[in-house]
Amino acid sequence: MKRRAHRDEPLFFERNPKRRGRQGILLPTFDGPSTQPASVLPAEVLLDDRPLWPDISEMDLVTHFHRLSQLNYAVDEGLYPLGSCTMKYNPRINEAVAGLSAFNAAHPLQPDHQVQGVLEVMWELEETLKTITGMPGVTLQPAAGAHGELAGILMIRKALEARGESREIILVPDSAHGTNPATAAFAGFRAVEIPSGPDGTVDLQALDTAMNENVAAVMLTVPNTLGVFEHRIVEIAELVHSRGGFVYMDGANLNAFVGRALPGLMGADAMHINLHKTFSTPHGGGGPGAGPVTVSEALLPYLPVPRVVKTDDGFSMLWSGENSIGSLRGFSGSFLILLRALVYMRGMGGDGLREMSETGVLFANIIRKRLEGAYHLQYDTPTMHEVVFDDSEQVKNGVHNTDIAKRLLDYGFHPPTMSFPLVVHGALMIEPTESFGPEEIDAFCEAMLAIAKEAEETPDLVRAAPHETPVKRIDEVRAARNLKVRFVDEA
Amino acid sequence: MHPWIGAGSEDRQDLLHELGLETIDQLFARLPESVCIDHLDLPPAQDEISLRRAFFDLGLNTTTAAREPSFFGAGVYNHIRPAAVDAVLSRAEFFTSYTPYQPEISQGTLQALFEFQTLMTRLTCMEVSNASLYDGATAVVEAVLFAFRVLRLKRPRVVIADTVHPIYRSVLDTYADPTGLEIVTVPAGPDGRLDIEALEAAITDDTCCVAVQSPNFLGVVEDLPVVAQAAHRVGALAVHVVTEALSMALLRAGGHFAFDVVCGEAQSFGVAPGYGGPHLGFFTCKEKTIRQMPGRLCGETVDSEGNRAFCLTLSTREQHIRRAKATSNICTNQGLMALAATVWLEAIGGSGLRRLAEDNLSRAHDLARRLVDEDTGWRLAFPDSPFFNEFLIQGPIGGTEIARKAAEAGILAGIPVARWSTRWPDGLLIAVTEQNSSADLDALIETLRVAS
Repeated sequence: MKRRAHRDEPLFFERNPKRRGRQGILLPTFDGPSTQPASVLPAEVLLDDRPLWPDISEMDLVTHFHRLSQLNYAVDEGLYPLGSCTMKYNPRINEAVAGLSAFNAAHPLQPDHQVQGVLEVMWELEETLKTITGMPGVTLQPAAGAHGELAGILMIRKALEARGESREIILVPDSAHGTNPATAAFAGFRAVEIPSGPDGTVDLQALDTAMNENVAAVMLTVPNTLGVFEHRIVEIAELVHSRGGFVYMDGANLNAFVGRALPGLMGADAMHINLHKTFSTPHGGGGPGAGPVTVSEALLPYLPVPRVVKTDDGFSMLWSGENSIGSLRGFSGSFLILLRALVYMRGMGGDGLREMSETGVLFANIIRKRLEGAYHLQYDTPTMHEVVFDDSEQVKNGVHNTDIAKRLLDYGFHPPTMSFPLVVHGALMIEPTESFGPEEIDAFCEAMLAIAKEAEETPDLVRAAPHETPVKRIDEVRAARNLKVRFVDEA
Repeated sequence: MHPWIGAGSEDRQDLLHELGLETIDQLFARLPESVCIDHLDLPPAQDEISLRRAFFDLGLNTTTAAREPSFFGAGVYNHIRPAAVDAVLSRAEFFTSYTPYQPEISQGTLQALFEFQTLMTRLTCMEVSNASLYDGATAVVEAVLFAFRVLRLKRPRVVIADTVHPIYRSVLDTYADPTGLEIVTVPAGPDGRLDIEALEAAITDDTCCVAVQSPNFLGVVEDLPVVAQAAHRVGALAVHVVTEALSMALLRAGGHFAFDVVCGEAQSFGVAPGYGGPHLGFFTCKEKTIRQMPGRLCGETVDSEGNRAFCLTLSTREQHIRRAKATSNICTNQGLMALAATVWLEAIGGSGLRRLAEDNLSRAHDLARRLVDEDTGWRLAFPDSPFFNEFLIQGPIGGTEIARKAAEAGILAGIPVARWSTRWPDGLLIAVTEQNSSADLDALIETLRVAS
């Protein structure tokens, strides 16, 4: 990625730290009497009136952020094949609808009868997610995928309590997202890893041995982080259920089989769905996301509150529930994200969603086929929506996966996910998604092949990359060692 | 093929051919038949015209502050949102990018986060700020878990004012349940302020933190210095919770009084109410406790040519690296909301921020005075307690009833606290911002008078 900003953009605070009397927005004026702060607030809590930062005009403000934006790569710039992150197109109609004041100005504590349109959107999204997963219940509350995991595991905890059981362990495959063991720990469980078999899927024998009466749940990503479908998922779920455990499905990779298969039929008891992955809501430079959780019959009583219900008089919010795990965040969910996801689902339609998954899987297989000769593939099990190569061929010439990633920046692409999953050393995890046309996939594969060639012929060139980016390779170690996490005025 | 899918029907055939396949079904051959379906039972794709119409029509069933005067607050405030903020947020370079794990091509997002962290530390008078959390409620949870960790998991008691937002406290209960933390609530006195004697009695040697909100849920400004002293006497951490972030432009935040954490909700800074989200949690603390801080953090460094650059740092605290030993369950941050707050705070400007807070103060206090002076029958629940832009009123009829009557008259008069508060069950909580013109104030006063 070449830089387009022509100058270094100073920090806002450095521009002209002492400058006063500019305005970035004309503030409204109150025509009633003004109140002197000192006349109504105790002196010891009153802040002095020294400005905490400079003033700026509107043009200079917009320019500042415009220039900063030009230092970013984004989906709109080109393929963003981050495995597991599902960087797909964010349709603009979603943004247009989310901009309607009827939605974005709604206050979460308004009485139900004033916000029927909002509640109907939430209700319809719940129904749509039930259809897509084949599961009977859903909470829209979680703010992100990891938050959804926590919701699911807390429901499982509550269900076990209701049975009078206090199981302590959650089994997690060694290929799992880091959030899975973290969630288990936060919900008061101990995470125990189970090894993958030679094809990258769960080793049924190892699961059988580990699955005892102290295991509360197994957390499984389907397809897993190698892009491999757990083909014995039904047997796994039966085994877990037969010993009194629950199946938590990490739905981060749901985009691999929407419209082709149902998690409900696989035996999932709870599954979070990353709306910002499968259902196209924008990633926003690291959030906000949304992580609704669908649940089986067994977990229905424990769903978080508040949640929307349909009654004879329309829709209403239920703020408490006898067996509910309670609330996981303020209010009822990241509504404006939920809204975008529903617009996407309606815009896609049932057939479009199925074609979405099919095309993502098709592209991942094309990439696999084209790169297989140049990059090593640890597991040759069939690929779903993403494919995981590693750098073992390139390491022979001293080129590591991070070097390959940085060199890709010079070719104008965002790199794949690096060094994950942990079961593959030096991993390069590629997820193309369905959004771009074949020409973009061609260009990406050509870049990857060119880099493989460079790694053999001119490895130093790759190791010193990136060469074309707005800044050169960044010293991340120094950032941690010599912590500077805010701007401090020298003066 | 659908416009949001890159490969057309001809492309699909070509690509299948390249793979040596006949049908797309062959790519799904590994899925057991018993879990497969042949189609989704959902309606066909809707075109843009019908999508726009359908959602516009749904919006007609919704009454909001965009159409009627609103005095709703309680943690979600109706502040000015300059058009320039939305314009910056709608740049694809910001909203269609991912977490800046590749710093060489993410300097825009990273520098904005660095500016966000700087702005938040200046407002709170703290040393470090993270790059945001989900919302105010989860920020309080994170602060409690943080205090528990900082004191080496040895002190399970959490003392919290019952005038911390009731929704925040219920979220804390959800998280505390599996951790074995003991939550002790301290009541407010008749003046709506924390009962300091009760607070001191509640704090014991096994207390890890004392959390107080100011201005509190009832709008009352608390005596922060006393709270910090009480917490520090036993070595507990003092946590200042903020739900109306604009108050920090006028009222000294916890950092001025040696608080260990200032955290809460910063939705006021350019983030739409949006029926509850996405909002913007923030978390600030002291440098010495930075390694226990939850959430992402942006730091300054250099590139290989020695030029200043930014990157995410101390990620060894986070779950994608640390897995079961992570400091927090949060994996994303609210990146775009943190950007909104950054643009908003810079647009308002250092001088403007103070003026805006004084403007809110003037409007709120004018309304409060007029309620009493103009014989509306309504009075302040806590006439002698200081407040910023929000206050509780009581009158001849209950808060729930007056809110309903006002709604019929086309005014969102405020929030009845009956659903949470058994102490002041008839109260109506009123927030006044720069969006409330003096005509709005007149209309509210008239409505209160007539309806009661």
